[in-house]
Amino acid sequence: MIATKLDLTTMQRESSIREPLILGHKTYKDITDDVVAPIMGPASLGWKIMITISSIIAIYGIGSILYLIGTGIGAWGLNKTVGWAWDITNFVWWVGIGHAGTLISAVLLLFRQKWRMAINRSAEAMTIFAVIMAAVFPGIHMGRIWLAYYVFPLPNQFGSIWVNFNSPLLWDVFAISTYFSVSLVFWYVGLIPDFATIRDRMTKPFAKKMYGIMSFGWSGRAKHWTRFEELSLVLAGIATPLVFSVHSIVSMDFATSIIPGWHTTIFPPYFVSGAVFSGFAMVQTLMLVMRKAYKLEDYIHIKHVEYMNIVIIVTGSIVGVAYLTELFISWYSGVEYESYAFINRFSGPYSAAYWTMMTCNVISPQLFWFKKIRRSFVATFILSIVVNIGMWFERYVIIVTSLHRDYLPSSWGEFIPTATDIGVFIGTLGIFLTLFLAFTRFFPVLALNELKTILKSSGESYKNKQVK
Amino acid sequence: MKKVFHVMYDDDDKLLVAARELVGKGIHVNEVFSPFPIHGIDPIIGIKRTRLAITSFMYAMTGLSLAVFFMWYTMISDWPMNIGGKPNFSLLENLPSFIPVSFEFSVFCAAHGMVITYLLRNRTLPGMPATNPDPRTTDDKFVMEITTDTNAMSAEDLESAIKNTGLLELSIKDFK
Repeated sequence: MIATKLDLTTMQRESSIREPLILGHKTYKDITDDVVAPIMGPASLGWKIMITISSIIAIYGIGSILYLIGTGIGAWGLNKTVGWAWDITNFVWWVGIGHAGTLISAVLLLFRQKWRMAINRSAEAMTIFAVIMAAVFPGIHMGRIWLAYYVFPLPNQFGSIWVNFNSPLLWDVFAISTYFSVSLVFWYVGLIPDFATIRDRMTKPFAKKMYGIMSFGWSGRAKHWTRFEELSLVLAGIATPLVFSVHSIVSMDFATSIIPGWHTTIFPPYFVSGAVFSGFAMVQTLMLVMRKAYKLEDYIHIKHVEYMNIVIIVTGSIVGVAYLTELFISWYSGVEYESYAFINRFSGPYSAAYWTMMTCNVISPQLFWFKKIRRSFVATFILSIVVNIGMWFERYVIIVTSLHRDYLPSSWGEFIPTATDIGVFIGTLGIFLTLFLAFTRFFPVLALNELKTILKSSGESYKNKQVK
Repeated sequence: MKKVFHVMYDDDDKLLVAARELVGKGIHVNEVFSPFPIHGIDPIIGIKRTRLAITSFMYAMTGLSLAVFFMWYTMISDWPMNIGGKPNFSLLENLPSFIPVSFEFSVFCAAHGMVITYLLRNRTLPGMPATNPDPRTTDDKFVMEITTDTNAMSAEDLESAIKNTGLLELSIKDFK
């Protein structure tokens, strides 16, 4: 018996040189107190101001969408040559952003990366909201949105005209809806035990009742926890190929066509790494504000930021290599249409967009090789926004420059966004931020139950060494 | 009178040691309530490995079969179309382009089927009442439930065995 106790007290659970994941000497209760504080207390003034601004932008966006639906797709800057532009750019951008959440919650779970526990909950929320925003675009671009159900293989009265299962656009319908719904249940299953914690603490009767309903009567039984861990592991296992498949399928919307600039086999891995790259940048932007606003500096600190910046260097470099490979192959293939598509990209009417993309996505992430920059909150925040801008331009460049000059010079044209184009995009940013702010107010932003499991192995020996 | 003991600890390792000690004395631990999973408790209190992952595989296979059957029915059997010079003649020829949807639908069924099974097996559904004996067990306390009806010992013997396990609080109630 004594031997067991000694084993437990002397057990070395972690590296003594690795920086701790949770700063300070916290107890289980401290973790609950810190994470639940924003939910239990009144809303801060900063939160009220932020949500007011984001709601106004959201309302403007909804107005733009209603105007678009009422007027028709003519309200966008599309023309006969450029039939796909701003809407699909935004769709791909938002779906890409979503990828970081699944990568953090699923792939890093499989790799047993404990640092993910501080950021997975909010990153998953970001994924869900980003995918909702992405889904807006294919919806509204249909023009007659009330016929949107045509994308699903439903029996209908026009003879049995079924959807075309050979088309990547239909694969997208299945990929995005599976991705959204699986991410949602993965996120919610993790939330149930944390809702139970809030339910058991809440004093306001109505809120207690609501959290009671949302916690599904969770009681923390040993068998339930066993099932919970098994479920999380299997869901992570199946969400991992899912996340790779989703952006691969999105890239096939382009890659299976015969448009020079789109028809390349490099697209699936290139899009997936680009998605993770932009997603992590968005996680950084949101987390850096959230940790400050909700006083979560002990849980999301510079080591977490550094880990995420390392992912940004890796994926950003893959994206950079993909850009250069595309350029090389367009020359090496000897196909003049392919060559022209790329020459036109960097020297044509959209060259500014191309060079913005190159600067933001190829050069800026390389700055993270410097430890001082990688471990700086300010530099990370600025660079994360730069990467987000760059990744938006990447999609714009791929889509618009490949379409605006085709095989027949007489049909060349240009795309200029209208106020409706811009309004809808800005609006989705507003809706996304409003949803995210509402999440931070009413949901536990850190995974309480997961953080508590790493408390004892979160760097105590490192901290003790520092004290000595 | 049957009795239920709720033994509270302030640390997961203390509960683990206590559970091992009590089980070693032949005492049956009914249930453990904790704010997070306590690794290593399952074999001590006799919880078998969950078969949830097997159900997930079965749901995935169901999804795969349904997807392939449906695509064969719509694209090849019911209304074959020649789209862009790429006709739909047979399942074998079309299979490569059916892979993405087959995969997505398998994942869809596996994930949702498993989550629904998990919720039903746990009996955790919207609006269900909480059954943890103390609200602190979802925060920072760990409770072990021992009942007299699953143990051969008398209530007094159980109480004296439990009291020496470094507990924080002990609540004894009549069994309902």
